[in-house]
Amino acid sequence: MDSVNQNQTPSLIMTGIGKSFPGVRALNGVDFKLRRGEIHALMGENGAGKSTLVKVLTGVYPLDEGTIELDGTPVSIRSTQDAQRLGISTVYQEVNLCGNLTVAENLFLGREPRSLGLIDWKAMNRKAAELLQELNIIAEPTVQLDSYSIAVQQMIAIARAVNTDCKFLILDEPTSSLDTDEVKKLFTLMRQLKEKGVGIIFITHFLEQVYEICDRITVLRNGELVGEYEVEKLPRLELVTKMMGKELENLSDLSSSKDQLHTDEEPLLEARELSSGTSKIAPFDLKIHKGEVVGFAGLLGSGRSELVRALYGADKAVQGQLFVKGKSVKIKKPLDAIKKGMAYLPEDRKVDGIFADLSVRENIIIALQAKHGLKRMTRREMEKYADEYIKLLNIKTASMETPIKSLSGGNQQKVILARWLLTHPEFMILDEPTRGIDVGTKTEIQKLILKLAAEGMSVAFISAEIDEMLRTCSRIVVMRDRRKVGELTQSEMNQSTIMRTIAGEGGQ
Amino acid sequence: MNLHISKDKSLEPARKPFLKKLLSSRLTFSLVILLIVVVQNIITTPTFFRITITNGLISGYIPDILDEASLLVIVSLGMTLVIAATGGVDISVGSIMAIAASFCGLMLNGPEYRTDVYHSPYFLALLVGLLGGALCGAFNGFLVAGLKLQPMIATLILFTAGRSIAKQITHGQTIYIMNPTFKYLGVQIPGVPVRTTIIVSFVMILIVVLFTKLTSLGLYVQSVGINGASSRLVGLNARVIKFMVFVISGVLAGAAGLVGSSSLGSVNSGELGLNLEMDAILAVALGGNLLSGGKFSIAGTVIGAYTIQAITTTLYAMNVRADQLNVFKALIIIVIIVANSDVFKERIRKLTGKVVRKNVSVGG
Repeated sequence: MDSVNQNQTPSLIMTGIGKSFPGVRALNGVDFKLRRGEIHALMGENGAGKSTLVKVLTGVYPLDEGTIELDGTPVSIRSTQDAQRLGISTVYQEVNLCGNLTVAENLFLGREPRSLGLIDWKAMNRKAAELLQELNIIAEPTVQLDSYSIAVQQMIAIARAVNTDCKFLILDEPTSSLDTDEVKKLFTLMRQLKEKGVGIIFITHFLEQVYEICDRITVLRNGELVGEYEVEKLPRLELVTKMMGKELENLSDLSSSKDQLHTDEEPLLEARELSSGTSKIAPFDLKIHKGEVVGFAGLLGSGRSELVRALYGADKAVQGQLFVKGKSVKIKKPLDAIKKGMAYLPEDRKVDGIFADLSVRENIIIALQAKHGLKRMTRREMEKYADEYIKLLNIKTASMETPIKSLSGGNQQKVILARWLLTHPEFMILDEPTRGIDVGTKTEIQKLILKLAAEGMSVAFISAEIDEMLRTCSRIVVMRDRRKVGELTQSEMNQSTIMRTIAGEGGQ
Repeated sequence: MNLHISKDKSLEPARKPFLKKLLSSRLTFSLVILLIVVVQNIITTPTFFRITITNGLISGYIPDILDEASLLVIVSLGMTLVIAATGGVDISVGSIMAIAASFCGLMLNGPEYRTDVYHSPYFLALLVGLLGGALCGAFNGFLVAGLKLQPMIATLILFTAGRSIAKQITHGQTIYIMNPTFKYLGVQIPGVPVRTTIIVSFVMILIVVLFTKLTSLGLYVQSVGINGASSRLVGLNARVIKFMVFVISGVLAGAAGLVGSSSLGSVNSGELGLNLEMDAILAVALGGNLLSGGKFSIAGTVIGAYTIQAITTTLYAMNVRADQLNVFKALIIIVIIVANSDVFKERIRKLTGKVVRKNVSVGG
């Protein structure tokens, strides 16, 4: 279809891009090339540097090192206006348009066709209609934007972006809130733009979509370039291993002494066709036994967090059935889950975990206190617990009255752990408990998980690092594209089977 | 769980140096302001601290301030909790005062509007008044917690309609109550040398402090105000807590309404508690509380409320005319608020930092 384009020399060339933030090297000598008329996937896990690269390209961040060339001439992009002038447009995950204006107004906002200084509404609506027709977007120029679905709004955002003499289009996770049909429509539009010679950078977490629409893939990891590949020449498994940073050849199975405990007994927790309305994950079945550490593997956005949140009632509109110790339970909100002996350490510590201005002591006792309602624990009780867990988890804080916000990330995480251990849960959900914390604390937390499991606590453990899961889990549930796609038992668990299952090649 | 726990009881929380702690506390700021007002009075008004006993009542400037600030203090207590939990304000408190007082007045006068004899028992009337306040608070709470309206918009309803509702209760009349016992609450109980308003406001402060400290309400209010998402995940019900603070605010406003009408010996629903809501918000802000919610200090609010009244009384003592009063008050408040703003503090810090650095470079 576009073999001509495929062999074209790149027209956007980024060479040796480096970008640092205080304490972090976000990009280190990254090269990136984009050709006219190609769809180029930019892939990488959390912290890989995708969004930093895009922000450097669009002038949001100034670059520290490296050069950007457009059609052979070096350019400097200092602001988003510069980027737009050069024909680089971006459409983000959230639609950045005004819902209360009409489609035409949104398309021409800030550059309305004018006559005699006044907005020429007729010309604007006519031009809008032409543009929409050209791109096969079914929408009326004079209708308020709000009345269209997110997918159509997304497409109108793209239409707005490409209208301004756009040579390069960046789509940052445009599909994450769309359903299958809507994604199809979006892809049709992307293919049209490709035919017109627009170079598209496509950022997504969905592997299927990459293989459906993209021509090339650039993989980043930890701020460095892993490589640029043609889609046909990079099987999924290899893509996943490149994203996660493991070479298949070097994999050696970690021997593990973890026993498969209690699996014949009645499960502590059993989910049947469970899902939650807001998270859009496919209904799943799951059993977790006493003393078991179950890992949840999958790429970012695969639904692993949403799955555990559904168990805990963290997202609204939970559907399906959940059994605790064989009894059917209704969990509508976190408090119901807590009362059934569950605990949940959320993925985003700052947003869902800490109470920044409250003291370490208050942050530790809050979940146990919440179980008591308005009956306040005595000050002495609180101090005793806080003291106990500060020592137990070796939390480094000036005092128990220090606000939690002045602690380091790792110590904040330990405070949240303390909060939940204090409620003596039977089932504990840990969503990336070791992310963004120092290596020492990481090991401490892994040891703690094994110890708690040995004492009979069941744990659901999510981590982006497969090593870590192999070390701690007795079973691993694999998620892909918001669906539970497999369960690996102790004997099947090794790097390569996990990677294979994540990538959707065999192993199931 | 049999985790090993060391039984070391010798843990002493590391304490900040006293001075540093004092300087970093937001409470310090409001105390300093109050101190400035007091010192200024020592200089300009020598009689400021004189306390005499007239007609069996302790009187003087300071008892006057405590007396006249009492309604503001009571209302500000509830305002503090509303602001802390929701990050919004309850602007209906003045109207709720009028409604509560009207309920009470109607109970006492009865349908025949007899001003000298109580139609219903005095205490029952007070209780009905408080209940009226609680109902209004519950209505606000339902709008905010149940329907998720902005607190200011939700309370705008009663702010607008409240005085009209109060007028309907009293059939458009100002109610007069001549029975001397009615004045007990707002003036003096025979034989007690302190004005009852002062006693009532102190009791209210005590109740609210005890209620927030002895139950977990204080902690929950702060938690919900700081991080709603985390609150839900640790099992708190933010809706119930938000509802509760509005009910508490309503009851306190009701109490203020009863005290206020008793002081006057009448219920004038058009005037009672007029514009008090704005002073209450100001008292909370002056007390060093963040209007965006979260951590709160009842002590700060109380000091803030007395500061506002002290400024008013001081200005009167300096022979400022009533029509000029608000201009002066506004000027003082601008200075206070600006001096306490983060931007201003940052500028000052940078400025002093620069000076220090300059000195160093000169010295080197």
